[in-house]
Amino acid sequence: MKKIILRLLAALGVACGGVVFAKDVSLLNVSYDPTRELYRDINTAFAAQWKSQHGDNVTIQMSHGGSGKQARSVVEGLPADVVTLALAYDIDAIAERGLLAKDWQKRLPDNASPYTSTIVFLVRKGNPKGIKDWPDLVRSGVKVITPNPKSSGGARWNFLAAWGYALKQPGGNEDKAKAYVSELFKHVPVLDTGARGATNTFAQRGIGDVLIAWENEALLAQRQLGNNAFEIVVPSITILAEPPVAVVDSNADKHGTRDIAQAYVQFLYSPQAQEIAAKNFYRPRSADMAARYASQFPATHTFTIQEVFGDWHQAQAKFFKDGALFDQLVEGE
Amino acid sequence: MNAHARTRAIAWPRRLVHVALIALALVFLVMFLVLPLATVFVEAFDQGVKPYLAAIVQPEALSAIRLTLLVAVIAVPLNLVFGVAAAWAMTRFAFRGKALLGAIIDLPFSVSPVVSGLVYVLLFGAQGWFGPWLDQHGIKIIFAVPGLVLATMFVTLPFVARELIPLMQAQGSEEEEAARVLGASAWQMFFRVTLPNIRWALLYGVLLCNARAMGEFGAVSVVSGHIRGLTTTMPLEVEMRYNEYDYVGAFAVASLLALLALLTLAVKTLLEWRYGDEIPRTRPVDTRKRHGT
Amino acid sequence: MRRRVLPGFGISLGYALTYLGLIVLLPLAALAWKATDIGFEGLVRLLSAPRTLAALRLSVGGALVSALINVVIGLLVSWVLVRYRFPGRRLFDALVDLPFALPTAVAGIALTTLYAPKGWLGRWLEPLGIHVAYTPLGVLVAMIFVGFPFVVRTLQPVLASLERDVEEAAESLGAQRWQTFFRVILPLLAPTLLTGFALALARAVGEYGSVIFIAGNMPRKSEIAPLLIVQKLEQFNYAGAAALGVALLSLSFVLLVLVAVLQRWSNRWTEQAA
Repeated sequence: MKKIILRLLAALGVACGGVVFAKDVSLLNVSYDPTRELYRDINTAFAAQWKSQHGDNVTIQMSHGGSGKQARSVVEGLPADVVTLALAYDIDAIAERGLLAKDWQKRLPDNASPYTSTIVFLVRKGNPKGIKDWPDLVRSGVKVITPNPKSSGGARWNFLAAWGYALKQPGGNEDKAKAYVSELFKHVPVLDTGARGATNTFAQRGIGDVLIAWENEALLAQRQLGNNAFEIVVPSITILAEPPVAVVDSNADKHGTRDIAQAYVQFLYSPQAQEIAAKNFYRPRSADMAARYASQFPATHTFTIQEVFGDWHQAQAKFFKDGALFDQLVEGE
Repeated sequence: MNAHARTRAIAWPRRLVHVALIALALVFLVMFLVLPLATVFVEAFDQGVKPYLAAIVQPEALSAIRLTLLVAVIAVPLNLVFGVAAAWAMTRFAFRGKALLGAIIDLPFSVSPVVSGLVYVLLFGAQGWFGPWLDQHGIKIIFAVPGLVLATMFVTLPFVARELIPLMQAQGSEEEEAARVLGASAWQMFFRVTLPNIRWALLYGVLLCNARAMGEFGAVSVVSGHIRGLTTTMPLEVEMRYNEYDYVGAFAVASLLALLALLTLAVKTLLEWRYGDEIPRTRPVDTRKRHGT
Repeated sequence: MRRRVLPGFGISLGYALTYLGLIVLLPLAALAWKATDIGFEGLVRLLSAPRTLAALRLSVGGALVSALINVVIGLLVSWVLVRYRFPGRRLFDALVDLPFALPTAVAGIALTTLYAPKGWLGRWLEPLGIHVAYTPLGVLVAMIFVGFPFVVRTLQPVLASLERDVEEAAESLGAQRWQTFFRVILPLLAPTLLTGFALALARAVGEYGSVIFIAGNMPRKSEIAPLLIVQKLEQFNYAGAAALGVALLSLSFVLLVLVAVLQRWSNRWTEQAA
């Protein structure tokens, strides 16, 4: 008798398992402003793949905002399973509060950045001011739009790109770099709080002659705000921007989503996701895909944060902390 | 607001002054109020009606509308009850510290919206006073609906009380005292005497409170977490779309908010027009005190 | 007042105090508590930094100027709306509440669209050398916008109830129209004008949403204090942000108290005159 009941129960269990076999899982990806289009495509592709491999339905919820603000929200309790932000410093800030392992950047290939970008110039059609490279930005009469590096992650890349350029010139040194960047910010009439705000100021309001922007943002702006109103100028040397991704360990464990979160960030390195990244104007890491989209991404000399500044913590402390170099530059007038 | 029809003929220089003053006031109103409003609608319909409608029926927009209404439906009644209670205590009884209480009620007006969001993060955020406790018990406040409601309540708290206090002060308590002396119960007195006397001011207060509740941006932005379709209210949706270069979409949602605002104002104007002669009696004679003549 | 007769003292006051305590005082206490983390030295350093001073000057100074302008324009507008009859008066009257109801972010975007060099108004102002968008002037425009209805809505009922016979008596005694206005009406309105001034001021000091779009946000030029708070937050400097928030709040509270004192003084003066 007992056996029969057990068997019945087992059969029932299998039957139920078969019926409710398709679980509904949801993930929260906390990202920064420019990735909306990118992750809309990635999420669709990933959900389809997960469904075909595991049979579960995945819904990926997105939160977009300034990178620093998003990091702060996660620290304050926004239940992100995955973060995909503009710079490693912001994920470090989350790691410092114990939400994920401090060595997160080593857990995925390529500094945990599945795609990259560079800093380029967006100018008005026909390039009326003849902007070709960094020195042209500080010519008299040229107005430059870039957001405030204190509040915008993107702007920090801009700042470091300019600094690195000046440093790498023949005879370049710290003082010359400081002089160049200081001069550069004298040409900035509006300091928006975020990268998107700066693009709006430049494109919609018609302020300024050149916008310093991420390449993916410049390409997107060219397409979205387009009618061939803008041209992209790639400077002779620029920074390699590496927007990183990570699983937020403690949140994923709490939600029981670690496996799928892990699969999600790894999916970003797959050929399919690499192609989506390229289509959304991010430079893919895969050499294959990079070759296929070579016409979209002109070759340029790039340097990394590590090569010039050590790491983000040193850069942050030296340039962007309260009272650090950026504050001195704008206050020392 | 009875018309001061002046029977004697107005001399032409004075009429000239009238016209000039009216013109001056209208120029200001057009430049500061009409044009910004017009901008919203012009930009929303920039590509025609179809894209406008398409932008509004997106699921994200619909969920933002639902959330905005939900927050207002919770926050406004709570502030309504508070406003009536505070006004009753402040205007019908003498007690120590009344001036201080009045100042505290006004306080949220002068707190920067950024700060009014921040204070709740300091209380309920993961690093805040009650954060760890809430986390242990699985209660979510920040980055969820309760946080949005709290921030909205904070920002809109003074509206009803502000509208009621001067009016009830000016009306005095004679009628209510008479009702009590004649044997009315507390609630009878409230519903038959007090409420009819203050209903218009109460309605104004609620309308303004509601309008501000739906439109609040700064404070809500701090506690929202910006999860699309879950914790994004209409003003946040406007900002997100603007930042996505979706100008038609941004202004389309903005135009809905502007329409809500206009609807609020229309209801108010309609009431004034319909019950025009009743309202002056129940509107504050003076916000602070009556002038003895 | 006869306390015995009217019911509900305990419950209404108790409820109001509990509600205020939970919604306003407890959170503000958390703010003040957090602000003490910065320490005395930190506070001095924060408040004496040229950038902080410039931002506070812009926020408080801009709010003062905008409230003053609002008092003048608000008086004009409410005078016209109450005293004169013209087509569309009711419509314009209703529109006065618009800044209460329009979300600040929408207002900011709309004002920037209008006053930017390409905008409907900007394209006429720009050739005259008047730059509004992305300058301190833009901050002022946004502050005037958000504070405007406070002045009109406090003035209107008083203007409507102001005894016309006072004016007529003055006129019959041979006073000029403008003399009547400045000697009789304005002193009577003074307490109400001060209330409107105070409310518009309080609203403008902390304004963020609408200002941020139209200000250039350049440090020491067009950067408002709430923006500095946001920047401190971005760097996880909660104590600094809270301290700046408390400083801003205290400043506007001091201004409000000053206005209240002024008001009491002018009330007494009006009573003596009346």
